[in-house]
Amino acid sequence: MQTLFLQGPSVTLRALILVIASIALMTVDHRWSQMEIVRNTLSHLLYPLQYTIDLPIRLYYWADITLSTHQALLDENRRLEELYLQNRIRLQKMDILERENLRLRELLSATPKSGEKVLIAEIINVDIDPYRQLVIINKGSNDDVYISQPVIDASGIMGQTVHVNANSSTVMLITDASHALPVQIDRNGLRANAFGTGKINYLDIPYIAQNADIRVGDTLITSGLGGHFPANYPVAVVSHIERSPDEAFARIKAEPLAQLDRSREVVLVWHNPPQPPPSEDDQP
Amino acid sequence: MINPNTRIGVLTLIAAFMLAMMPLPDWAQAFRPDWVTLVLIYWTMALPASIGVTIAWFAGLMLDVSHGALLGQHALGLVLVIYIIHAQHQRLRVASMLQQSIVIFFLLLMKQALVLWVNGIMGHAPDTWLYFMPSLTSALIWPWVHIILRDLRRKFAYKTHY
Repeated sequence: MQTLFLQGPSVTLRALILVIASIALMTVDHRWSQMEIVRNTLSHLLYPLQYTIDLPIRLYYWADITLSTHQALLDENRRLEELYLQNRIRLQKMDILERENLRLRELLSATPKSGEKVLIAEIINVDIDPYRQLVIINKGSNDDVYISQPVIDASGIMGQTVHVNANSSTVMLITDASHALPVQIDRNGLRANAFGTGKINYLDIPYIAQNADIRVGDTLITSGLGGHFPANYPVAVVSHIERSPDEAFARIKAEPLAQLDRSREVVLVWHNPPQPPPSEDDQP
Repeated sequence: MINPNTRIGVLTLIAAFMLAMMPLPDWAQAFRPDWVTLVLIYWTMALPASIGVTIAWFAGLMLDVSHGALLGQHALGLVLVIYIIHAQHQRLRVASMLQQSIVIFFLLLMKQALVLWVNGIMGHAPDTWLYFMPSLTSALIWPWVHIILRDLRRKFAYKTHY
């Protein structure tokens, strides 16, 4: 039934309450993490839509595999087997190095590097915001994904999770304008921070002195400082350096190594930051 | 039995959310109309007694979740837009398509400016005027959205106010 006069609080009052509620929500969401529950509940409603949007692309990949010829599959298989063999040989050397490293660390009585668990996730192909560098992946808290977990692909660091739902998570790429990543140059260990710019193809490396030893082509790897990311994963290659005498710092840009806009499969890394040895003060 | 108006309203809103998340080529993303707001504006004008600020607020929260934005960013803008549409729905109904489009253009500019303002405070404001393009494309596409939704409503719903 339609009434001539609206029942309940007037529209103006309701709008006012909702405006205040929005502002309060934004403040709480920005400062504390309790609102993740609200976000998770709402994303349960969104997930079927995202899944449906992704379905045609999923079907395309499925058809691509199902309809490929026997010969093409054989070729691919041979290529992958060769690659596998090459990687195995490289890994053998890695194993020896790792054991040696462990032994040396024991000699130094440093904390041993813990093994890292990994899980492959797929990117759900939906547009989020053209001015943010966010992607959605199909693994969530049901697979023990946690907030600010590192996400990598075959060639480098991609980003970290920022929201985790039951079956999906939002990943902020290293190129998002609000992302910063502690890195170092693998050649000489010079530490720096790689800031996202909002553009998919470069990172900003600020606060590097004019005379610092950094060259175009240097590889930046994670330094492990900050504790969120495991150390020694490749991040980016320095692509542009501009040293002008009237500025305090050099202007440096670096190109991310991960295939940020092309990867379909990404890898989640469970990484336990090395705990500092318990000191006397920590004992109760 | 669900009210046919409710059913068609919910279905069009779901379609709007899907259009909002549909992958587009990179160059086209900046031009994507604000589908959810357009659909809500239509339903507020058509059925002001049942669609209003509360539904707009929930739709806004859903937009926030789908954009990975702060909870409340889009909700705030949508509530204000729908409040103004709600208050002026009788005038807007008799306005010409062009006038409606112009009103919608300015309302969406306001909504985008609010979202931008919060993004600026958060430190990731986009640095291009293309950011405001969705307001323009939404205003341009409004007549078609209006006609399609009206036809859908006349076909599937039993009440015809407008």
